[in-house]
Amino acid sequence: MKITLHVNAGERTVDVEPRTTLLDCLRDELRLTGAHSGCEHGVCGACTVLIDGEPARSCLMFAPQAEGYEITTVEAMSPAPGELGIIQDAFCAAHGMQCGYCTPGMILTAHALLKHNPSPTRAEIVEAISGNLCRCTGYGQIVEAIELAAQRLRGANTEAAR
Amino acid sequence: MNERPKFRFVSADRRVREDRRFVAGMGKYVGDIAEAGMLHVAIVHAPYTAAKIVSFDASRALAMPGVVAVVEGEELSTNVEPLMNGLDTPKVQRYPLAVKHVRYNGEWVAAVVAQTRAQAEDAAECVDVEYEPLPFVIDAEEAYRPSSPPVHAAHGSNVLLDRTFNWGEIDEDFAASDHQLSLRVTWGRSSTVPLETFGVVAMWDPWAEVMDVRASIQMPKYADQIARAMRLPGNAVRVHYDIDVGGSYGVKRGIKHTVLACYLSMKLKQPVRLIEDRLENMSSGDAHGPDRIFDIDAAFNRDGIVRSMKMRALDNAGAYAGRAPFQLGKPIGAIVGPYKINSVRYHAVSVTSNKAVQEAVRGFGQSPTNYAIETMMDRVAEHLGMDRVEIRRRNFIRADEFPYLIPSGTRYDSGDYHTVVDKVMKHVDWPAFVAERDRLRANGAYAGIGIAACLEPSGGNSSFEPLLNPANTTTTWMESCRINVDALGNITATIHTTSSGQGHETLASTVIGEVLEFDPDSIRIVRTDSLTSLPGNSPVGSRMAVMLGGSCYLAANKLKKKLKAIAAHQFDCAPEDVDYVQGVLRAKDGRTLKWAEMVNIAHRNFHLLPEDCEPGLEVTNVYQVPTGTDLPTADGRVQMYPCHSFEFHCILVTIDPDTGKVDIPRYVIGHDCGTVINPHIVKGMTLGGIAHGLGAALMEEFVYDGEGQMMAQSFMDYLLPSSHEVPQVEIVHHCTPSPFTVMGQKGSGESGYLGAPAAISGAVNDAVRSLGIRFNRLPMRMTAISDAIAEAKSKQSN
Ligand code: FES
Ligand code: FES
Repeated sequence: MKITLHVNAGERTVDVEPRTTLLDCLRDELRLTGAHSGCEHGVCGACTVLIDGEPARSCLMFAPQAEGYEITTVEAMSPAPGELGIIQDAFCAAHGMQCGYCTPGMILTAHALLKHNPSPTRAEIVEAISGNLCRCTGYGQIVEAIELAAQRLRGANTEAAR
Repeated sequence: MNERPKFRFVSADRRVREDRRFVAGMGKYVGDIAEAGMLHVAIVHAPYTAAKIVSFDASRALAMPGVVAVVEGEELSTNVEPLMNGLDTPKVQRYPLAVKHVRYNGEWVAAVVAQTRAQAEDAAECVDVEYEPLPFVIDAEEAYRPSSPPVHAAHGSNVLLDRTFNWGEIDEDFAASDHQLSLRVTWGRSSTVPLETFGVVAMWDPWAEVMDVRASIQMPKYADQIARAMRLPGNAVRVHYDIDVGGSYGVKRGIKHTVLACYLSMKLKQPVRLIEDRLENMSSGDAHGPDRIFDIDAAFNRDGIVRSMKMRALDNAGAYAGRAPFQLGKPIGAIVGPYKINSVRYHAVSVTSNKAVQEAVRGFGQSPTNYAIETMMDRVAEHLGMDRVEIRRRNFIRADEFPYLIPSGTRYDSGDYHTVVDKVMKHVDWPAFVAERDRLRANGAYAGIGIAACLEPSGGNSSFEPLLNPANTTTTWMESCRINVDALGNITATIHTTSSGQGHETLASTVIGEVLEFDPDSIRIVRTDSLTSLPGNSPVGSRMAVMLGGSCYLAANKLKKKLKAIAAHQFDCAPEDVDYVQGVLRAKDGRTLKWAEMVNIAHRNFHLLPEDCEPGLEVTNVYQVPTGTDLPTADGRVQMYPCHSFEFHCILVTIDPDTGKVDIPRYVIGHDCGTVINPHIVKGMTLGGIAHGLGAALMEEFVYDGEGQMMAQSFMDYLLPSSHEVPQVEIVHHCTPSPFTVMGQKGSGESGYLGAPAAISGAVNDAVRSLGIRFNRLPMRMTAISDAIAEAKSKQSN
């Protein structure tokens, strides 16, 4: 069936089987391979994308169900090719990853958290990422990265307000 | 020896260059590859624990939309060689698909190839196989008995390895000791379970006659093994190393997947992709870890000195041999841990059973062994009523005793265990730490302290291979680096392996930048493929800081030497009289040649080159593992890995008596891995290793029921630690450089994981000691803990 998805502020029409998951559709049809497959049963969070700004598991959703929503993938987090956004840069500064497989999901989850809560406590960060598994890092540097991103975003916002 | 050498880039707070592509979602994983005409594979799994395949009929599947082929084991086994065994066990044959018999529940029986994965999966359900169930064996003790049904009838028994080593005067030491005690501990079967499952894309090019392989692989000699199994010349297999691997920690060794995909691609003359789903990964990806029972006798004196140890380690290898038995061999290189135990008897037994196949897991058997040794130390302390830290202090090898030869033949390079412990004790304020536990207890909580001291052997060689398999005489275990300075003067270096998060590009550029005094960010690192690569052995055995770091260092120095020779020729002086400072060559009299001038001479002015000097600025280095060059002695002693990092865990836990949930309010680790090349990377390894160790200690297990059915069918049953479970960790650093490596570095790829299970076990046992409970088995899952507490309490109240 033909469906039209709003992805990263653009419209894309694809022809998929109704049973195609949003994850497979993004990866195979739209070649947005930043969302990863870790379990395909809703536990690991590697497939996280934002649906209307909220983190969601693209493996648990069929592509046709995503019609009408605003879908954001990690590919939209970079301001321009070769440039890092503030959260991405903070992840690099704190080395909040190793193999990078969980990283897109972590970044999108952090993005949503910091939009709602510009000054999260450590416990709030831990809570926010608890649905995203990382097998490499033990989470320590991911939490540090998000703390750093929060601090920098607050600084950037104050500067912008001036 | 404890002075930290001065470096500019090494040990500095510098970013990890790989991170940029990962945060942008621009990593290139095997699942991201889309070749034109690529076919997809789904697997037909055995629904029996042991059975004979009576009939096979794929006609229904073949008639389904998109299906291109169905291949079963008989066809495959006539066209490919069996997969390699570690030991000399030729009758234990393993092919990617079961041949005539299935030997564990979930074993791969057939491959269905179709245009899409969904079509292949649909068709896989329509392959009709008839089985005749056979007797099976799940338990290792039972499998060890001669009466058990052999998993491989042709092999005659389930015993793959049964060998006793006697290192030193064991009986004399036992007789002369004041005390003895015995214990048994069990390490349940778990694994590293990376978030990315194993995947491979194989592409046979019938015109070039080359098999192109892209895989999420971390395996030594992968290309050779493919070529052997496929009966191809070595130079007809091209493994591409520029694939990002989504985590491995040892297990990403999908040789059966790869040979199957290669065969299918060759047969169908199209690219073939095989990617495990999560269930496949856990049930039949052949990637489980050690599954081991330890029986220990310890002989010790009144003062706490442990004189001798007898250890039997019985490991359940699963249905095929693979490299599982070697995971009993590697720990021989640190069989006494950080202690001066005078003699050791080690009885290593590996048996087949009707469970899934084992693969290398982080530490290659060392973490279970450390858990056993550390439990022994706790028991000795308890027996003597001695402090657990004190008993370890008394038995530690002293800093001035290195290099220290242990009974099994390995010489430990360096260490300062007492100082690391002192630093940690100071950091936690030990009296206050103990007081905090006691305060928690006084408030009614079950609180306990856990201590673990252990080693991370690093710089991996494979001395366990000739030790356990005399037919294997491998002593070479090299790593390589090539550096090229182009005609514009820019530096490019090649590395010859895939990476799975270890930051090898950062490692290589940092070391080369350090030696050549160039900003590492200006140095490009590229990855070759197996046809253009120099020899290497991949990032196993915690070896890349030592081995890739060593090779980069030596290659860069070779380049420097060449530059000096060229400059000396211009200056008309001896090369020793030329200095190299940040790319500038300087004669004693003050004359200089700048980098650009040197590049120009090397690339364009052959008439200015010294005799026998090759034009251009290209160097290669192939680096053999420091130490570890001899075959084992007749009495089974050998130098295992060259370097030994040290870690000391000191933790506080509390247990919720109703749910059995373990909380870790304080986790401190003292860590000494010599010279650190990138502090962010080492920190990440340690924190990630502790999280992984926590999983092995409290959560993760591939449980089999009595019928041989694996019960962990998803991430709902096999629990990986989330951010909720993993504590905040404090790291106390120490640096004792290794005298055997180029910059004093040691490995850290297994750090944290090697001691966390022991420390957590010690802490939980300390917490429930007052109830008379003893946990002798990992993982200690919540239900096991809450059940034990409830039972103990009801006993107490009766
Ligand atoms: S792949 Fe979607 S949650 Fe794991
Ligand atoms: S960085 Fe590897 S899983 Fe998180």
